[in-house]
Amino acid sequence: MLANRKLILAHFWFAFSVFGVALTLGAWQMFIRSPIGTWLSNPELYYRSLTAHGTVMGYVFPTLVAMGFGYAISEAALEQRLVGVRWAWAGFWLIVLGSVMAIIPIALGRASVLYTFYPPLIGSPFYYIGVVLVVVGSWIWVALMAINLRVWRKAHPGAPVPLAMFANVAGSYLWAWTAVGAALELLLQIIPVSVGLKATIDAGLARVFFSWTLHAIVYFWLMPTYIAYYTIVPRAIGGRVYSDTMARISFILFLVVAMPIGMHHTFADPQVGAGFKFIHSAFTALVALPTLLTVFTICASVEIAARLRGGRGMFGWIRALPWDNPMMLALAFSFVMLGLGGAGGLINMSYQLDASIHNTQWITGHFHLIFGGAIVIMYFAIAYDLWPHLTGRELIDLRLIRTQLWLWFIGMIVTTFPWHWVGILGMPRRMAYFDFGHPAIAPQALSVTFSAFGGFILLTSGLLFLVILARGMRAPQADAGPYRFAIAVHQPATVPVALNTHALWVALMIVLTITNYGYPILTLALTEGTSVPAVYVGAQ
Amino acid sequence: MSAQEDGHRSAEVAARVERRWATIAVIIVVMMALLAAFAGIHRATMPQPRVETTDPSRLHLAGEFVESNLGSVLEANGAVIVRAIGQQYSFTPACIVVPVDTPITLRATSADVVHGILIQGTNVNTMLVPGYISEQLMRFTRTGDYLMPCQEFCSFGHEGMWGKVRVIDKADFANRAKGGGRLSCVGQ
Ligand code: HEM
Ligand SMILES: [Cu+2]
Ligand SMILES: [Cu+2]
Repeated sequence: MLANRKLILAHFWFAFSVFGVALTLGAWQMFIRSPIGTWLSNPELYYRSLTAHGTVMGYVFPTLVAMGFGYAISEAALEQRLVGVRWAWAGFWLIVLGSVMAIIPIALGRASVLYTFYPPLIGSPFYYIGVVLVVVGSWIWVALMAINLRVWRKAHPGAPVPLAMFANVAGSYLWAWTAVGAALELLLQIIPVSVGLKATIDAGLARVFFSWTLHAIVYFWLMPTYIAYYTIVPRAIGGRVYSDTMARISFILFLVVAMPIGMHHTFADPQVGAGFKFIHSAFTALVALPTLLTVFTICASVEIAARLRGGRGMFGWIRALPWDNPMMLALAFSFVMLGLGGAGGLINMSYQLDASIHNTQWITGHFHLIFGGAIVIMYFAIAYDLWPHLTGRELIDLRLIRTQLWLWFIGMIVTTFPWHWVGILGMPRRMAYFDFGHPAIAPQALSVTFSAFGGFILLTSGLLFLVILARGMRAPQADAGPYRFAIAVHQPATVPVALNTHALWVALMIVLTITNYGYPILTLALTEGTSVPAVYVGAQ
Repeated sequence: MSAQEDGHRSAEVAARVERRWATIAVIIVVMMALLAAFAGIHRATMPQPRVETTDPSRLHLAGEFVESNLGSVLEANGAVIVRAIGQQYSFTPACIVVPVDTPITLRATSADVVHGILIQGTNVNTMLVPGYISEQLMRFTRTGDYLMPCQEFCSFGHEGMWGKVRVIDKADFANRAKGGGRLSCVGQ
């Protein structure tokens, strides 16, 4: 069993509980804005729900999963005592405090600004301060990951850092730096206005700051999933990692190129000129690279497992895979959704194609497929894999687990395919209801209804997930042994310094951010007369 | 052959296959970037080149976006310019009238919070950020009515913020533009 099981369980349980609540809100949103729901007499309730859903799913839930998983990795991969456990608890409680502080004004309708903030809409300062506390709590985790790796290096000079920890620390650095954009926006711009120190705000500059966070945060959400692809899946299905080197290169690429591309979120914005949009668009093409490499390496690793199990032939080996193993199932579903979502992503990243789907329901369909689908299904798999090592009990009902994963996959497809489609038809996002009686909107009614049913399937699956974990806390005791990560076919005895340390890549990440963001931010900040009066929500 | 040698050989094969795939991946990525650049330059589907600012608290007092200047105008050179603003929770004009098969420049901004303009069934799609002017080129090839929802959350009335674009016959438009005024189809 893991020594820090209490700490990790606290992170996971808080993460999955708020996930359950936000999921329920999501299903309600789906229902209420579909033709089968009845129009809200007070549309404002929809935006409270949406703010809560987005804030939890975007900030609280994935951050806690990454943190809990990170502590498990640090302990199990480095095989050393976790340094700074008290600080870890402090970080956890800061996040709890921040979440509570943010959720109260949301529930009261004082912060219905949605998780993207977008000033000059301004809500209660408690909401923003709550979000800041969540981020600060997670920064403690970042520091602890760095410190633990340093302690290990001292004890193992020159040895290759275990892949799981190498990736985990890369992810934590990426998060630390990408969160700076939103932190600057909150601390320099929004909070001063929200508490009444200032009355005007530059909305264009705020959107640029937020885009700094908005892209790479996606890769932070993705990190636990990719770490699971490389270091859990091959072990769980009896294979090997095809290439340790390629894995390291992929994580390094994420660290370097996920950051300086966020302005693709401002393709349709007037405050950024064409030049920087083009630069960010070109850099965006680069982030496809680590994913393409990963897909190759993981497929090859899976093939190794199949051949070890006696699989043969060009494709015949696929049948030899352990399909009754939940990890195998989760990986397959995740890859299908990653492939479909990735294709959608290529459309979003092209300035020309983006114009027809920007801010439509296509976008919400897209990120639910990738984030809610490909990424979150691996969060489930991580929890299932770690659970016996956290509880000292076995998860016995594999059938129930498979059912849960199947439901999530089917639910995601049923929800997101029609969601994409109505986006192509031009249905705008973030609306509390639609007039399906209007002849131009009526054709979208059927698709939206399908999506709503998909939402119910997802809700069922999510609740089943919580049930399985809760039952796992009371199952018969069983010693799961030490927690292990996959090893590579050719486990390296030494690794070049560049692939074993982060400093060079962190420096590159910062330099690229400055070259790609410095000039636009400076010019916007120095342009006179672009600050506009704040518009307070829920003020009356 | 010793097991070690064998391991060595397989490692080489693995590395070779991997290098090949990495090369393909790089080619894909470069192709995509080139394609975007080509489409941008050749087909002129580029974002607006310049950043223009405007003071939203004085929009209604003076300048390009005063109420009397909003709507569609036929310039002497045959070009059509549409000026519009978004505010919580409507567009002015709420119904934009334009001629078919004509290059049109849309110039718009926001009077309060962030909004967006999306014309359904087209790729006209831009944010309206208060303090900045959005400019977009458009051209309609089909007459008829198009819905124009606000595509960004702009507070509690966002779901009700729908405008309209009416594309009419060229001659018809020219006829109505004769007086030189600002055209719209509000109330028609
Ligand atoms: C599983 C993980 C999920 C994640 C990570 C997630 C994340 C998000 C995020 C970040 C937003 C954006 C909020 C905004 O636009 O301000 C959102 C919106 C939304 N989500 Fe989810 N979500 C998840 C699951 C679900 C499920 C299962 C449903 C439906 C049952 C759902 C329904 C919705 C709806 C209806 C919206 C609002 C779309 C709109 O009004 O434009 N979500 N979600
Ligand atoms: Cu992005
Ligand atoms: Cu709006």
